[in-house]
Amino acid sequence: MEKNTEEPLKTAGGLYRVELFFSKRRMILIPAAFILFLAVPLMGFNQYILRIFTVIGIYIILSLALNLVAGYTGQLSMGNAAFYAIGAYTATLLLLRGGVNYWLTIPLAAVLAGFCGLLLGLPTFRLRGSYLTIVTLGFGEIVRMILMNWDSVTNGTLGIRNIPAPDFFGITLSLRNGGFYYLVLFLVVLVSAASWFIVNSKIGRAFVSIREDEIAAQMMGIRTTKYKALAFVLSAFFSGLAGAFYAPMVGYIDSNSFTFEVSSQIISMAILGGLGTMRGMFFGAAVLIVFPEVSRFLMDYRFVIYGVILVLMMRFRPQGLLGWQPRVPVRFSKTVRSDLMREGILPEGE
Amino acid sequence: MLKISGLNAFYDNVHALKSVDLEIKQGEIVSLIGSNGAGKTTTLSCICGLVAARSGSITYRDKDITNSPTHKIISGGIGLAPEGREVFPGLTVEENLRLGAYARRDPGGLADAYSRVYDLFPRLKERTAQAAGTLSGGEQQMLAIGRALMSGPELLLLDEPSLGLAPNLVLMIFELIREINKQGVTILLVEQNANLALYTSNRTYVLETGHVVISGESRDLLKDEGIKKAYLGQ
Repeated sequence: MEKNTEEPLKTAGGLYRVELFFSKRRMILIPAAFILFLAVPLMGFNQYILRIFTVIGIYIILSLALNLVAGYTGQLSMGNAAFYAIGAYTATLLLLRGGVNYWLTIPLAAVLAGFCGLLLGLPTFRLRGSYLTIVTLGFGEIVRMILMNWDSVTNGTLGIRNIPAPDFFGITLSLRNGGFYYLVLFLVVLVSAASWFIVNSKIGRAFVSIREDEIAAQMMGIRTTKYKALAFVLSAFFSGLAGAFYAPMVGYIDSNSFTFEVSSQIISMAILGGLGTMRGMFFGAAVLIVFPEVSRFLMDYRFVIYGVILVLMMRFRPQGLLGWQPRVPVRFSKTVRSDLMREGILPEGE
Repeated sequence: MLKISGLNAFYDNVHALKSVDLEIKQGEIVSLIGSNGAGKTTTLSCICGLVAARSGSITYRDKDITNSPTHKIISGGIGLAPEGREVFPGLTVEENLRLGAYARRDPGGLADAYSRVYDLFPRLKERTAQAAGTLSGGEQQMLAIGRALMSGPELLLLDEPSLGLAPNLVLMIFELIREINKQGVTILLVEQNANLALYTSNRTYVLETGHVVISGESRDLLKDEGIKKAYLGQ
């Protein structure tokens, strides 16, 4: 067993060794990275840099959300900006019209977005592949049209302005004092942890089996329709969470904040980083937010270069920059592991 | 154990199964033979709830399972190794097997299920961490059967286990099918290789364009002149 699991890692070349290096030290590296990110606002960056960090955080959440449905379950959604919008509008309206406490608006907005995810999940019972993708694309546009035209609620094309920033024990959160940065950091950790637990649970295994072969998954006794709908619900829930954070941060939302471009940007990040991996989402979001900023000197040409980069990546690394599949074997629960050792299937003391 | 009576199934307007009757008793190997498009795979799909039965009934252990959802049928003790293997190509052997145990309710039984499958197919044990898509055809077939066994089925449905395999591998797979049967698993075997199916099974049903045309003890059918001409090439 030892031989079988280590062998492909050793023979498969550099990337696997790098992964093995990191995955063996992840108990140190992840907390270290977390502490580093905790210290970012103390490093004297200006508001512009802190804003970039915060936006990266939002897009990490959005990419992780898309990853659940597109990366693990294999159902490409081109309408995730709609859930982001639903989250943002729900939180804003609850805050301004309903007088609900800010800290309650975030979960409520996420729940409503999740419910809308269920609505979008329903057509997945009948549609597959590109047909489903077109429905999600349509869903994104429908939501945007509703936001644009439902004047009495959403204030139409004028949008909603003066969304108040939240208070945290008497301190008003702002970009300058790092309040929003810490909040988004907290949400990123929360969504990453949730995503990790989902992916490594029985639910995650069902998701992956649907991506690999839906009919075979059904034959294993997996209720594929239930899990596909669940993937959409979870994806919508986390996207809505990001939206509820976004609205008070910028203080102004309108339907143009949630166009198809946002959906396609999330998809680009997920694909660039590597669909079906979590590390890829962090990487993809960071690269595609930072790149337009550092390449401002190129003016409008930067979008040409942006496009060229994506095309080159499709040609040379279609699985995404960090998108190799981990070949670190499945981890079993403690009881199952000890049973397997007793049966001699797993080596002792692993 | 399993009883099908008057089963009719359609693909849109195509009448695929025409009043099929079939019975499997506990401990048997029953084979279902016939040419392409005779309705063999459709019969299995109907049993598993993957294709809807328009009329007729399927009862399993005296319980009506006609058109039940697939997950209920699988957790009720029926396992299926589908035609063309259909393993999860991007997942490892071990992950494939683990998904086979998805319908199990007892986490403690997982280790026993693994050791049973690895005892039957030592080749799979050597390849636990290998992606299933990179296995040879014979190994994929072993994996498909092993995966179906992971849920601890009492009735195993095998769809064309000989498809696309080298002759010596086919013999080996059929040897293992007998072995699985000896362990107490009842087997419904769908096969185009009529010779092999008749030699392996206790009883056989012959399907032609959706009808059961002949059925009986396999050793009697081996001597049947019509069968010899039509299916055994003698």
